[in-house]
Amino acid sequence: MAFNIYDFTTLTKSIHEGLSSQLSPTATLAIEWTIVGLAYLLFVALFGLFLVYAERKVCAAFQQRMGPMRVGPWGLLQTIADFIKLLMKELITPRDADKFLYNLAPFIVIIVSFLVISVIPFAPGLSTFDFDIGIFFVTAVSSVGVIGILLAGWSSNNKYSLIGAMRSGAQIVSYELSVGLSLITMIILAETMQISGIVEGQREMWFIFKGHIPAVIAFLVFIIAGTAETNRGPFDLAEAESELTAGFHTEYSGIKFAFFFLAEYINLFIVAAMATTVFLGGWMPLHFGDFEGFNQIMDLIPGLFWFFFKVLGVIFLMMWFKWTFPRLRVDQILNLEWKYLLPINLFNILLMAAVVLFGLHF
Amino acid sequence: MNSEILFFLLSGMIVIFSILTVTSRRILRAAVYLLFVLVSTAGLYFMLNYNFLAAVQLTVYAGGIIVLIIFSILLTSHISERAQMAGKFQGLMSALAVIAGATLTLITILNFSFPGKSGIESPSDVKAIGRALVSYNENGYALPFEVVSILLLAAMIGAIIVARKENLAVKNTKK
Repeated sequence: MAFNIYDFTTLTKSIHEGLSSQLSPTATLAIEWTIVGLAYLLFVALFGLFLVYAERKVCAAFQQRMGPMRVGPWGLLQTIADFIKLLMKELITPRDADKFLYNLAPFIVIIVSFLVISVIPFAPGLSTFDFDIGIFFVTAVSSVGVIGILLAGWSSNNKYSLIGAMRSGAQIVSYELSVGLSLITMIILAETMQISGIVEGQREMWFIFKGHIPAVIAFLVFIIAGTAETNRGPFDLAEAESELTAGFHTEYSGIKFAFFFLAEYINLFIVAAMATTVFLGGWMPLHFGDFEGFNQIMDLIPGLFWFFFKVLGVIFLMMWFKWTFPRLRVDQILNLEWKYLLPINLFNILLMAAVVLFGLHF
Repeated sequence: MNSEILFFLLSGMIVIFSILTVTSRRILRAAVYLLFVLVSTAGLYFMLNYNFLAAVQLTVYAGGIIVLIIFSILLTSHISERAQMAGKFQGLMSALAVIAGATLTLITILNFSFPGKSGIESPSDVKAIGRALVSYNENGYALPFEVVSILLLAAMIGAIIVARKENLAVKNTKK
């Protein structure tokens, strides 16, 4: 197998050719699907565990504590131990719950996360779907995720769950607008919705630099709205533990609770990965105009590392303000979206259109 | 071969979940079955390589309408509620309506000759869609686009008026 850390097309090609020389096309397709599915499952599970550990460590650092230290070196095995504990817990269904919907809800949430993650390019040649509608597919599919949360809250037959679901629903439906509009702003600059095209367009310069003022505004709006979309602090009033116990997943236990928990961290990854892909150049290395030597040194670092370096940077930023800002009230959250972010965003789209029309970008 | 299996799978799902939507006595379950119908329809569009329409179907119907329906159910109904079964007269009338509708649809479909078209070139090209939306010549959609925009604006203003009705009334009486 030809393996090249800079370009994964050779690896995928050699796997494909190796399989199709031995098997029929249908069997090849089936095996390839299985490999891809297992790869995503493994990645999501491991990265999810890592993010939970990172969150606890970052939180501890901001609160001047040590965080988990006992299980494994620097507490590295803590989240794995927690996960095994979750797996072994009893699955409880409330007596008067709507059993079908109650069991369906976690799957809707996690399936949506997996669908969105499938279009993200991790490195050259390392992405599953490359639609011509890339970005639109992301917003379209992720708009379905809120249904899982609403169903979970209603079918649990618990007032805390229901209030949590209503809050979460109102919040996600509102902030979806800002996420969509800030992405549209960048589509104007990129002139394509295809994700590979967007990454390719940033070979010379990342879009956040290329589109200067409107791009920076769009990036800030996207990060704020993305944090609200994932129900993370300071917008975490849907699961505000001091008033609603745990919001929409109060009644869930064991692996079903783990699904919601995991989906939350995958969504954190998705928001960071979308920010990386659309604004920060995806797996493209950092390039500065004519500095040939600098650009060549940057090219030595493989795209996969660039991608994860940027994603972890954005994730750290989001964790930073989760543990810095106090939680907002529900009316403040909706005011922020409808009275500030939405008008700013609409104006920003006009600004970006003008910038692109008159060629004012770099 | 593969796409035929996929087609029958998706259309089977559409048929089964459509029937479940209208026969379920729990209103939220009916909404969820409707969600499955709409998502399977999006699957059909994806199968036809018409990605743009599929994504629109997901955003507007699955992510918009169904969320709205579920929201209103969440606000108005309790988990123990069951819809009443329709009476005999109602059942008879709806059966007649269904048969009439099905016959009409079948006649239309069977009488229409579908011109086959092989190899649609890039149907989801953003530039082409954008141009078609604002151009007013033969293949343009400027008029429908504007009419729908005005309709939506009217609906939004209407919703605000309905929601603020009491406030306005209080202000008027104070004057």
